[in-house]
Amino acid sequence: MQLDEFFVTGEPLIYAGMVSIVLVTAAIIFVLTYFKRWGWLWREWLTTVDHKKIGIMYILSALAMLFRGGMDALMMRVQLAFPGMDFLGSQHYNEIFTTHGTVMIIFMAMPFLIGLMNVIVPLQIGARDVAFPALNALSFWSFLFGAMLFNISFVIGGSPDAGWTSYTPLAGAAMSPGPGQNFYLMGLQLSGIGTLATGINFMVTIIKMRAPGMKMFQMPIFTWSTLVTAFIIVFAFPILTVALALMTIDRVFGSQFFTLTGEGLPMMWANLFWMWGHPEVYIVILPAFGIFSEVIATFARKQLFGYKAMVWSMILIAGLSFLVWVHHFFTMGAGAFVNSVFSVSTMLIAVPTGVKIFNWLATLYKSKIQFTVANLWALAFIPSFVIGGVTGVMLGMAAADYQFHNSYFLVAHFHYVLIAGTVFACFAGLVYWYPKMFGHKLNEKLGKISFWFFLIGFHVCFFPQYFVGLDGMPRRVFTIIPEWMPLNVISTVGAFGMGLGFAIFVYNIYYSYRYSEREKSGDSWDGRTLEWATPTPVPFYNFATVPHVNSHDAFIEMKETGETTFDEEKVEPIHMPSNTGQPIIMMGIAFIASFGIVFEWMWMAIAGLIGVIVMMGVRSFDYDDGFHVEVDEIKRTERKARRL
Amino acid sequence: MSSHELKSGPLEYRIQQGQMNILGFWIFLGAEIVLFSTLFATYAVLFGRTDEAPLPSELFEPGSVLIMTFLLLTSSFTCGIAIHEMRRGSKKGLITWMIVTLALGLGFIGLEIEEFIHYAHEGATLQSSAYWSSFFVLAGTHGLHVTLGIGWAILLLIQIAKRGLTPVTSRKFFIISLYWHFLDVVWIFLFTSIYLIGMVV
Repeated sequence: MQLDEFFVTGEPLIYAGMVSIVLVTAAIIFVLTYFKRWGWLWREWLTTVDHKKIGIMYILSALAMLFRGGMDALMMRVQLAFPGMDFLGSQHYNEIFTTHGTVMIIFMAMPFLIGLMNVIVPLQIGARDVAFPALNALSFWSFLFGAMLFNISFVIGGSPDAGWTSYTPLAGAAMSPGPGQNFYLMGLQLSGIGTLATGINFMVTIIKMRAPGMKMFQMPIFTWSTLVTAFIIVFAFPILTVALALMTIDRVFGSQFFTLTGEGLPMMWANLFWMWGHPEVYIVILPAFGIFSEVIATFARKQLFGYKAMVWSMILIAGLSFLVWVHHFFTMGAGAFVNSVFSVSTMLIAVPTGVKIFNWLATLYKSKIQFTVANLWALAFIPSFVIGGVTGVMLGMAAADYQFHNSYFLVAHFHYVLIAGTVFACFAGLVYWYPKMFGHKLNEKLGKISFWFFLIGFHVCFFPQYFVGLDGMPRRVFTIIPEWMPLNVISTVGAFGMGLGFAIFVYNIYYSYRYSEREKSGDSWDGRTLEWATPTPVPFYNFATVPHVNSHDAFIEMKETGETTFDEEKVEPIHMPSNTGQPIIMMGIAFIASFGIVFEWMWMAIAGLIGVIVMMGVRSFDYDDGFHVEVDEIKRTERKARRL
Repeated sequence: MSSHELKSGPLEYRIQQGQMNILGFWIFLGAEIVLFSTLFATYAVLFGRTDEAPLPSELFEPGSVLIMTFLLLTSSFTCGIAIHEMRRGSKKGLITWMIVTLALGLGFIGLEIEEFIHYAHEGATLQSSAYWSSFFVLAGTHGLHVTLGIGWAILLLIQIAKRGLTPVTSRKFFIISLYWHFLDVVWIFLFTSIYLIGMVV
């Protein structure tokens, strides 16, 4: 293979990308070497098994991916603003909408939410860590290496260009030759391992490690949403694993699952993909619902209205999420009866979702609402998400879908639900739990400016797309006709508004790090659940003494009775797991193996797979049982953290 | 994270981490069920799509498949005895019966490889048609699981020989026994839905 086949050549934008990658990497290496931070990085972060640090790394990576996916979005919006634009070629445009979709769903939304779960869920249930701390680190590194594998495709080998759904036969070896599509397959496969492990980890953590006395129906609602999400992950992700593996075998080893030769069935891919893909939608929306419930209850200063109805509607949504996948391809010839069945099951999801909307409104009813930034994101979510939901019901009508399908109406719909649902929740959750993670609040004023830019930009960007879609503009086109121009210009302006909002959000992180007042207590917002019972910064063992829980909103009760999580009389030695470098090394080797498969270099793939198996053996022989934190050290740490 | 140890009950359940690992593995088996179900569904949909390649009824023969079934079902039984010996506290019994289990598993794998080579020889390969792709990937995934299980069990036998029966080693063995029985159950479905149906259709 020639070097100019290995690197992507010929695009000025990609040369700029290469230069910036080299510069950023060099800068990072220089800074770490100059300040002698390599050892610190390895000991404190790369080998950590602390769920809070892993969560922070997830969130940081997800923010980086949001930036990358956002840049893709802006480039697309520039290209689509005017007819006959010459900014991106058709091939480059195909690659960009493919990577935009994949990055945003797989490498931004899910990791962001999993990051928040990692930081918060053990704290909410009064646990000292997750059930399998080293596996948790492994999950993170599998996500990060998977994301990196996918991301390098734009400078090495070429990006996938068959859409984030990668429908066959378009994505098959005949019509998408070269490594691009393999990057998609292996990037998702590698990060999928970690997602499945996270699902198992959180199920066991929540079932087995709750504080004494905490019944299932006393768990905070975000923990509930995590548990339900973990169930969906465990039962949906193996389907993706199989689908990706089958397509990889098709492309690399010449099997005939999805081909047009050998009696293969391209529609099998559409079915397998959406049997995972639809539940995936709920993997990214249910935790968001959990976050909004926490934020709204806290800033309405009331108990969440209809707690049990909220939980049951989440469970119902999770069950229904597996029964609606055909609504993604009503027009692909399933027939009237099948379409009707899936149309009805799709409509059913609106019922529990409606229940949740009414419960949030009832929580706000007659309450003293505090308009903090976190709560603004939550409040803005309700009407925005309803617009997305109602248009979703329109799309769910099979007959009408023949009109809307593959038009910008659909694009507007899913951006309305995914951004107003998931992205708003990521921001709400990050702002809300920020003081717990970093010991200071984000600046409220800058937060409000970024919120308004993003919110208005969002509606300006996507609302016109409903109309341009009804006007007949299809999705995935790289150029437009003059009739669609006015609404597209508006849409592009909105996209830049969102970009500005995000930029201010990121600036706010820097500004607040420099100037925000440090938190004195752990209870920054007068919170209701156990994560606020810990001091800030949270000691690595979380709770010096684990409280006994008697009610939903456990911390409210503790505040009334004057109980704390540091009862000097009751402190006992705490058992904690040791840090380990095995997860990052193992996933680094898995990255090499995946890279070998991407380029179909079998020697590299086999060497990498052997390396992974050897690492599993090393792990099996590792009997490190962790260590005990002594009582004196706990007392010292707590007194310092609590400024006693 | 508690290292508190219970005084009674099976050894593998006595520390909380053991209980959690076993529960976690049950959930993992749930994910494995979904994985195999997806492969079975793919196989069912692609059934009969043999293109120019031979039909399964021309190739499948009861003989060696029955022997394979016999070997694997027996290995599940001997694996049960191994766990029984573990519960009795007999390290030697555990090791002996586990070696018998692995020998039976190896026999199964050997026959399966021979079977695959035979089919390929007759013109049915991974590449020849959609049906045969799904056959080789479904049966092959099961075979790969058995092979990994054998390697995994050998590592555990070394640990048992070195460390004896502790809450940690017994938990590890209990988990691999769950895995082994699971593969046996999957094989029963493979045997009926691939071989028995394939022979008559």
